[in-house]
Amino acid sequence: MKELLRNLTAIAAPSGREEPIRALIREELAKYCDELRVDSLGNLIAFKRGGKTKLQLAAHMDEIGVVVTAIDEEGFLRFANVGGVNPHRLVGQRVRFQNGTMGVIGAEKIDDIKELTLDKLFIDLGVASAAEARAKVHVGEMAAFEHSFVDLGQRVVAKALDDRVGCAVLIEALKRVRKPANDLYCTFTVQEEVGLRGARTSAFGLEPDLAIAIDVTATGDTPEAMKLAMKLGAGAAIKVKDVSLITHPRVKDLLTELAEKNNIPYQFEVLPYGGTDAGAIHLTKAGIPAGVISIPCRYVHSPSEMVDLNDVEAAVRLVVAAMEQPITL
Amino acid sequence: MLLKELSELNGVSSNETAVRHFIRDRLQGKVETLHTDRLGNLIASQGQTKKGPKVMLSAHMDEVGLMVVGIETNGLLKIKTVGGIDERVLLSKRVLVGPQQIPGVIGAKPIHLQEREERQKPVPLSALFVDIGATDRSDAEKAVKIGDLIAFDTKAACFGDGLFKGKALDDRAGCAVLLNLIENRYDLPLYYAFTVQEEVGLRGATVAAYGINPDLALVVETTSAGDVPPLKKHQASTRLGHGPAISFMDRTLIVQPKLVEALVAVAESAGIPYQFRQTTTGGTEGGAINQTRTGIPAAVISIPCRYIHSPVGVLNLNDFAATIKLVDAVLKNIAQRGLPV
Repeated sequence: MKELLRNLTAIAAPSGREEPIRALIREELAKYCDELRVDSLGNLIAFKRGGKTKLQLAAHMDEIGVVVTAIDEEGFLRFANVGGVNPHRLVGQRVRFQNGTMGVIGAEKIDDIKELTLDKLFIDLGVASAAEARAKVHVGEMAAFEHSFVDLGQRVVAKALDDRVGCAVLIEALKRVRKPANDLYCTFTVQEEVGLRGARTSAFGLEPDLAIAIDVTATGDTPEAMKLAMKLGAGAAIKVKDVSLITHPRVKDLLTELAEKNNIPYQFEVLPYGGTDAGAIHLTKAGIPAGVISIPCRYVHSPSEMVDLNDVEAAVRLVVAAMEQPITL
Repeated sequence: MLLKELSELNGVSSNETAVRHFIRDRLQGKVETLHTDRLGNLIASQGQTKKGPKVMLSAHMDEVGLMVVGIETNGLLKIKTVGGIDERVLLSKRVLVGPQQIPGVIGAKPIHLQEREERQKPVPLSALFVDIGATDRSDAEKAVKIGDLIAFDTKAACFGDGLFKGKALDDRAGCAVLLNLIENRYDLPLYYAFTVQEEVGLRGATVAAYGINPDLALVVETTSAGDVPPLKKHQASTRLGHGPAISFMDRTLIVQPKLVEALVAVAESAGIPYQFRQTTTGGTEGGAINQTRTGIPAAVISIPCRYIHSPVGVLNLNDFAATIKLVDAVLKNIAQRGLPV
């Protein structure tokens, strides 16, 4: 699992630029499903036959990042955010473009830290002119944070664990599942970070009977953190609600029963902000019952997100259990 | 002049009738199908049975404006905005109210009667009213009703060196671009969607795209030009006179990179000036269309316009002409080579 997480988080793939991560996941799954296809927005759908009920499982491939908006005469790049990016976390960060170009983020002179907004920041490619900069990147090109994977033993740190850990859970579950009892549509979605966009159109096309998203959730287990019940190491989190979704009670009960029956450590999640693919999916067409299996994660949307491998393992087991349980809602 | 006529029509979101009638009259006999859908979108098509990808062009008919939400006992009208308007631009503007197009003036307490602190701040919307010259409430009620829409009363005109000023250029200029293409014939099934209620949430486009279900959508918009003080160059979203703006991302849409590359390639090979829209804020119908059904690739081409969403905007007629050329060249390219995505 560590190797898979290391490989998945090493790739730079901000929203709308998921091609390299899609290629990697495709390769990982080729042997483990009956059909693999990419839809018109770029969602990767791995299908595995199993039963009557159409179960969609969704993890998003994209990550937050930045997009070049302008290149000045000296070759400095101005940029905007792709997804939820906090300017205070950017100063001094390194970014990597998909063609491998590296840059560092600098700031204009600022007297008060409260004045720090994205348009006071720039990317320095280490070039001396606009022409040199243009030879490396162009306006509209996106970059992701560059930060190495850190193995802390039981816990790991990386950028883009949101939601590469969800992708890893789904990949691993698909590899482990022996007797799927439902038709599985494992969907690796695009553009979650900018508005759950891939999930929305994928669900329209699949029209599943039930959907489960796999994503990270915040925790309340660090000094002076926001009061949240979720903790690292306390198991897979079964979502109760966030801003985009109130988990369908039957789905919440199903996941809870599966966790109890299989002795999978779990915790409940109530998140007072944020949303996941399940939010978009459950409002598709005439409505699709949906829930979320979350992996607790510290420092979400920072270049150093942290998860606990016990929680990851619990999430894999819970996903496999859902795949192998004949579901009727 | 088509642009002037379109600009001077009133069509605040949800009452696009006058604009729709004007455009419909110009489409009669020149398109193969023409209908108004249940939300009021005007949809025309050419070459429905042709092979090739189904392309949807869209431009919205509606404009930002105001709505009557109350009538005071003295006959003055209380107002709310419809669509995104900087309330500070409203004071002392001339307007036309309701279906009878009653002339009015947006008024507020005069400077002589304001407290010192009041003068330091812009007059809030709650302290503004529209004066239609009524003597009292019952007199006003003879001319207007609560819920009536109010449009800015602005005459459009050419000025300066190839510039054009007028209201509602967002997005009548886009409508004018589409009307300029109608005489051309392209070797693909082409749908023209003149949409409603963009300014209040991309509503017309959402259902138009569902109905048409195209393989690709090109949204022709007007976008804010930031070539004005105190904005620095990198903060200027677009600049007048530098050609149509190609979007790579906005609040509602990330345009597929291959689609952006294709638009750029077409512009460069045809020698049409273009610029990138250098901000990612604001939404367009491209976002709504992109999220329709199983996902529809969408691109946005915009005419830069200063002072957008105010009683008077300014655009460059060269940019307008270049936008027509670019959309035309893109359609020819798709007809020849198929979809870029």
